Amino acid sequence: MIKKEMIAMLLAGGQGSRLGVLTADVAKPAVSFGGKYRIIDFPLSNCINSGVDTVGVLTQYQPLRLNTHIGIGIPWDLDRNVGGVSILPPYEKSTSSEWYTGTANAIFQNMRYMELYNPEYVLILGGDHIYKMDYEVMLDFHKASKADVTLATIPVPIEEASRFGVVITDEHKQIQEFEEKPEHPRSNLASMGIYIFSWPVLREALIKLKDQPSCDFGKHIIPYCHEQGRRIFAYEYNGYWKDVGTLGSYWQANMELIDLIPVFNLYEEFWKIYTKNELVSPQFVAEEAVIDKAIIGEASEIYGEVHNSVIGSGVYIAPGAVVRDSIIMSSSSIGENTVVDRSIIAEKVQIGANCILCTGEDVPNKVKPDVYSFGLVTIGEDSIIPSNVKIGKNTAISGETDISDYPDGILASGETLIKVGEKI
Amino acid sequence: MRAVGIVLAGGNSSRMKELSNKRAVAAMPIAGGYRSIDFVLSSMSNSHIQKVAVFTQYNAKSLNEHLNSSKWWDFGRKQGGLYVFTPTTTPKNSYWYRGTADAIAQNLDFLKNSHEPYVVIASGDGIYKLDYSKVLEYHIAKKADFTVVTADVLGRDDPSRFGVVRTDADGRIIDFEEKPISADGSQVSTGIYVVRRRQLIELIEKAVEEERYDLVKDIIIRYKGVKRVYAYPLDTYWSNISSVDSYFRTNMDFLKADVRNYFFKEYPDVYSKVEDLPPAKYNSGSFVKNSLVSSGCIINGNVDGSILFKKVYVGNNCSIKNSIILNDVYIGDNTHIENCIVESRDTIRANTNYVGEDGKIRIVVEKNERYAL
Repeated sequence: MIKKEMIAMLLAGGQGSRLGVLTADVAKPAVSFGGKYRIIDFPLSNCINSGVDTVGVLTQYQPLRLNTHIGIGIPWDLDRNVGGVSILPPYEKSTSSEWYTGTANAIFQNMRYMELYNPEYVLILGGDHIYKMDYEVMLDFHKASKADVTLATIPVPIEEASRFGVVITDEHKQIQEFEEKPEHPRSNLASMGIYIFSWPVLREALIKLKDQPSCDFGKHIIPYCHEQGRRIFAYEYNGYWKDVGTLGSYWQANMELIDLIPVFNLYEEFWKIYTKNELVSPQFVAEEAVIDKAIIGEASEIYGEVHNSVIGSGVYIAPGAVVRDSIIMSSSSIGENTVVDRSIIAEKVQIGANCILCTGEDVPNKVKPDVYSFGLVTIGEDSIIPSNVKIGKNTAISGETDISDYPDGILASGETLIKVGEKI
Repeated sequence: MRAVGIVLAGGNSSRMKELSNKRAVAAMPIAGGYRSIDFVLSSMSNSHIQKVAVFTQYNAKSLNEHLNSSKWWDFGRKQGGLYVFTPTTTPKNSYWYRGTADAIAQNLDFLKNSHEPYVVIASGDGIYKLDYSKVLEYHIAKKADFTVVTADVLGRDDPSRFGVVRTDADGRIIDFEEKPISADGSQVSTGIYVVRRRQLIELIEKAVEEERYDLVKDIIIRYKGVKRVYAYPLDTYWSNISSVDSYFRTNMDFLKADVRNYFFKEYPDVYSKVEDLPPAKYNSGSFVKNSLVSSGCIINGNVDGSILFKKVYVGNNCSIKNSIILNDVYIGDNTHIENCIVESRDTIRANTNYVGEDGKIRIVVEKNERYAL
């Protein structure tokens, strides 16, 4: 009989709506990060580096990119005879059919997948953080504590603790109380949304709460286990852990990779991050190019200037173009003499010549001021920007735009230009 | 495809000087992210040749490491696969490969047990893209016994280090001289051959019986009068890297947009082993122009007209000019390198100077202690 000590269930079905046009057509875990990676590469690489070789990836929102990226798991060595990676979308059943209505509901609907591997422990992961973590150390802690449930937690500055769910523990790290976004936090240990369950405990809780609408780990399963008097422990993690859930934090986390010795160092031999490499050819830097502080992916061709930016693979930057403090994802191109400042440009975007991005006043976005802020320009996948236009701050563009979409050749600060339905 | 592939990768070349101390020519790194053998293996894979044997002998460690999985070139299939044949002793044989024909003879079962009617033989030191099925079509149309793919090296390379061929109007080879003292033409053999499988088995068995062991000298040249040996002229990019000068020049060709576009952007792709390196990083103070930079590099100094292979570290205030820096080289601060090939895994101390004088290419092999960062 197949036996895996611990299997992982990776929740990758969320949209990540706070990333605006970046997640219009792709799920958040499939968004690019750090030039050549995608966000989901971090938990997947952590799994294989931790010796977890059986991973169920639960998808729901826009799964195409995730499916093609993961494939049969070759880049992460997750193509296995037994186990490996399995993509688990919602499916039709003979009695009832439903979407995944919550994190725990999604796991419940895949009960048979987990039973197939007869695990002792189940690791629950999210697909929206940048970190390197050894889940095996966490499992050792779980076993040593004789825990039923272990939450990964990270110490945060006490003044920021009210943004998180915090836990209050005793001296053995056993959790006494939970506080969700407390006004006056009594602890600075924030939950990272990573759980290890002893399988019988998880199974019992999922079945018990199967009729709970939108069943969620944080809101329902953990409180239920707590009420039942289960031994719930807090594992303290002290490494780099970055939420990239907003455009501001996404931009910031990318920019930190450019630092002389980054806090999150991709260049260490130990704990490699794996991704699907589509291109292996080197990048070309032309005679007239200027590059000052940047990371650049494979097969890119740089003829213009790049300052303080993260450039993906297969990017073309034309002569005379200037890119500053920006993220340009794979296969995009920037036209001649175009100036790009503080912008996030998604994959396969074409920007014409003589454009100016991120200019003018810092006016809040009119439609979604809480999403498109930080003074950034955000351009969604496959967009086309015509030549000779100026684009203001806190703006978002998606779709194939032409010059008539820009009154007087300008998209003013705070505007949103989304051409829906023109892409097939 | 109706052919099996044979890649002759056992060779060493004294013209590679110190570079061959470390590896077979077929394992030489090319254009930042590749190794020489990737080009022939990718062409075979892209021509739908599914079953490929690689013959290795000389210093095969790097090559075997590179070939540790067949999946990069898509050979890991139920039908076919990638076979690596290194000399082994058997009750019948205790020799190394005494020549290219002997290498095939010692592994003749590979050919005997195949069912494909044709064989494509190629060396591992050519840089090109080729659809072998076009050569095969030509081979069949000409009713040839042997087809030799040829290239014109006029103005590019010295013909006298190749086999120089002359053909009649129909393309039949009438003259084939291996490494002539003086060449009276620039049409040379690329070391790529197409032959019918049974024909090859027959010729190899006969040659070995007569204690002749070289495929070119003892089979193709010897039989050119009685067998129909044809030349298939290749008119796209082809370069052989088996001398220091041509190795250097071939790499530098990739600084040209047309060569780069031909290999990297035009279909079909060239595949290589994926090494999971992070993107290249340019720190403040770096100044790079007219250069190729591979993944995993960290650059702090000046780089001009050069190729940095994978995982090269360039220290502060360095100056790298017209040079090739092979994989995983660490270059300390304030170092000047010009007209050089720096051997892989070298550690170059700070404040040193390496210059190839009078346009001569200097090979730098420097094994200093490296302290992990």
